[in-house]
Amino acid sequence: MIIDIISWTAVGVILATSTAMLINLDWRASLGALAVQYIAAFWLVTQHLPFVMGSAKLITGWMVVAALGMTRLSLPSPEDEQEETFWPRGQWFRLILMSIVVLVTFGSTPRIETLIPGLGLPVIAGSLLLIGSGVVHLGVTSNLLRVTLGLLTMLTGFEILYAAVESSILVAGLLSVTSLGLGIVGSYLLIAGSFPHDTEEEL
Amino acid sequence: MSAPILWIVVPFIAGVLILLFLRERTSPLIGGTVATLLAFIALLFPIDTALLLGSVSIKISPSIEFFGRSFALTTADGPLLAIIYGLSALWFFGTEASGTANRFVSLGLMIVALLTASIAVEPFLFAALLLEMAAMLVIPLLVPTYQKPGRGVIRFLIYQTLAMPFILFSGWMLAGVEASPGDINTTLQAGTMLGLGFAFLLGIFPLYNWIPMVTEESPPYVAGFLLWVLPTFTIIFGLGFLDRYTWLRTSPQLSSAIQLAGIFMVASGGVFASLQKHIGRMMGYAAIAETGLFVLAIGLRSTEIVNVTFLLLIPRGLELAVWALALSIIKRKAYSLKFSEVKGFARSYPIATSALILAHLSMAGLPLLAGFPARLALWQELASQSLVLSFWALFGMLGLLIGATRTMAVLVMVEEDKAWELKESWMQMTMLGLGVIGLFLLGMFPQILQPFIKDLPSLFEHLGR
Repeated sequence: MIIDIISWTAVGVILATSTAMLINLDWRASLGALAVQYIAAFWLVTQHLPFVMGSAKLITGWMVVAALGMTRLSLPSPEDEQEETFWPRGQWFRLILMSIVVLVTFGSTPRIETLIPGLGLPVIAGSLLLIGSGVVHLGVTSNLLRVTLGLLTMLTGFEILYAAVESSILVAGLLSVTSLGLGIVGSYLLIAGSFPHDTEEEL
Repeated sequence: MSAPILWIVVPFIAGVLILLFLRERTSPLIGGTVATLLAFIALLFPIDTALLLGSVSIKISPSIEFFGRSFALTTADGPLLAIIYGLSALWFFGTEASGTANRFVSLGLMIVALLTASIAVEPFLFAALLLEMAAMLVIPLLVPTYQKPGRGVIRFLIYQTLAMPFILFSGWMLAGVEASPGDINTTLQAGTMLGLGFAFLLGIFPLYNWIPMVTEESPPYVAGFLLWVLPTFTIIFGLGFLDRYTWLRTSPQLSSAIQLAGIFMVASGGVFASLQKHIGRMMGYAAIAETGLFVLAIGLRSTEIVNVTFLLLIPRGLELAVWALALSIIKRKAYSLKFSEVKGFARSYPIATSALILAHLSMAGLPLLAGFPARLALWQELASQSLVLSFWALFGMLGLLIGATRTMAVLVMVEEDKAWELKESWMQMTMLGLGVIGLFLLGMFPQILQPFIKDLPSLFEHLGR
């Protein structure tokens, strides 16, 4: 019973953090929300994977947050706080999209539980929320940091769901390396072109 | 020594060492030599067979265990490894001539090692993770440190990352389909997920919009390498799925869907290529059309599916290498690859422009060039199944031919009194010359590929039998 309560609380945290990441344009708040989101994801992952493997995912997630944060901190211009130029846009539009994700999640969670018994309703709901909000994030932004956050969110959602069906250490390790790689690639793309180059490189 | 250590760990570590310790001038030579050595070992030393060299007995064991899963390369993988590392060596040796920075060789070796791991990993569907990691390693090559990342690179990253969950989850669902093949709903869901995964991974119509963007924004040599290496391993991965799951192999609906996707890519790639005014984007659309041919080949309901697919794979590496090298040489002078910027370049860079046109014509399937025998084999198989599909495949190739003609017209468009020059360096001329000779050799004597491809069907238990 207590585990169920904590699990549903984790789902609530996921909903709050992914909504915050989607509607808040301040990069510090978004990265903070991502760090908290990894704690909730850690709890849901440990429903099906051993504590150690869940911890590895949590630490990897925090490393990604640290890498992105330090990179963003070193950049000269506050580009990610600008509004997108295309329509529809704005916080209300994002909030409506997030509402659709929530509706779809809670509509499909019981059906998935019927199809794949034993996953657990909070695990399915948490992962679908993350996948949905990640995909929405990718759809409404072209900002590099936000694209990276969207991909990481989507991947975390998938990791929760996949941990329930595949408990291989190799897969868990490779998924963690993939998350870390995404963080590093995101950091690299943020830095690329931000500083003037003084050596001749390839065309 | 085990095969996965030799063809996965060794090149990966070599890549890391080159990145850390070698200078720009020496890295192509060392990287190319490592790849050539690995290709020769794959060709000369059969895996899992004891060989007596004097008094020393050598045996390359086929597998290693890693975190409870195995990585295995069997005797049948030998020719494939020789092809992969041989073509990689070609790309690495061409690095200096293309003017691409040294990290191309180091990261290139790591990418090829990861992709080799993707064909060795058991269960094979974990390859999706290794393909994603390889795709991430390509990003620093596509975006030089001084350049803002373009939309194409970001889309590439998004699509490759989206592909992985679809494929991993479909693999898990397919196991359920095997257990209860009569369950139409699960079959449909697994098939849809698998289709979406491969659509993202291969850039199936309309998800290929990142390809022309990347060929426009990024260094042509790197873009060419990406367009060779990732689709090649993705196709092998796709063949693995078909081989593993009976219902995928025997479903006529799935075969039709694959062929429809392929023909859309061939026809649209050809049409768009014929309309481009940027020779980099044209290479992108040509690569799309050729990927469409692969997709058509794996949709064949024929025993020749493996032979035709591998017959297409080998010339692609050479065509793209020659094309990308020529584009790199031209881009160093022209900066942009728009028609307006490269007008009349044939007088200053005759070797590079000739090589570019020949590689383009080879992709269009012109007789006597490397692409022709494979296309002929594919048309023969297609024609026996559907004349409509054969027509649209021909239509796509016609589009590429029109694109080649337009490029040629632009490159030779110059005032009469402009003198002929030879501005390519001897290294560039040598590399391009060897590439062009290779294009003609593969076109006129396709049987030289026979020793490599005759054993490749044994990579798969059920396909092509």
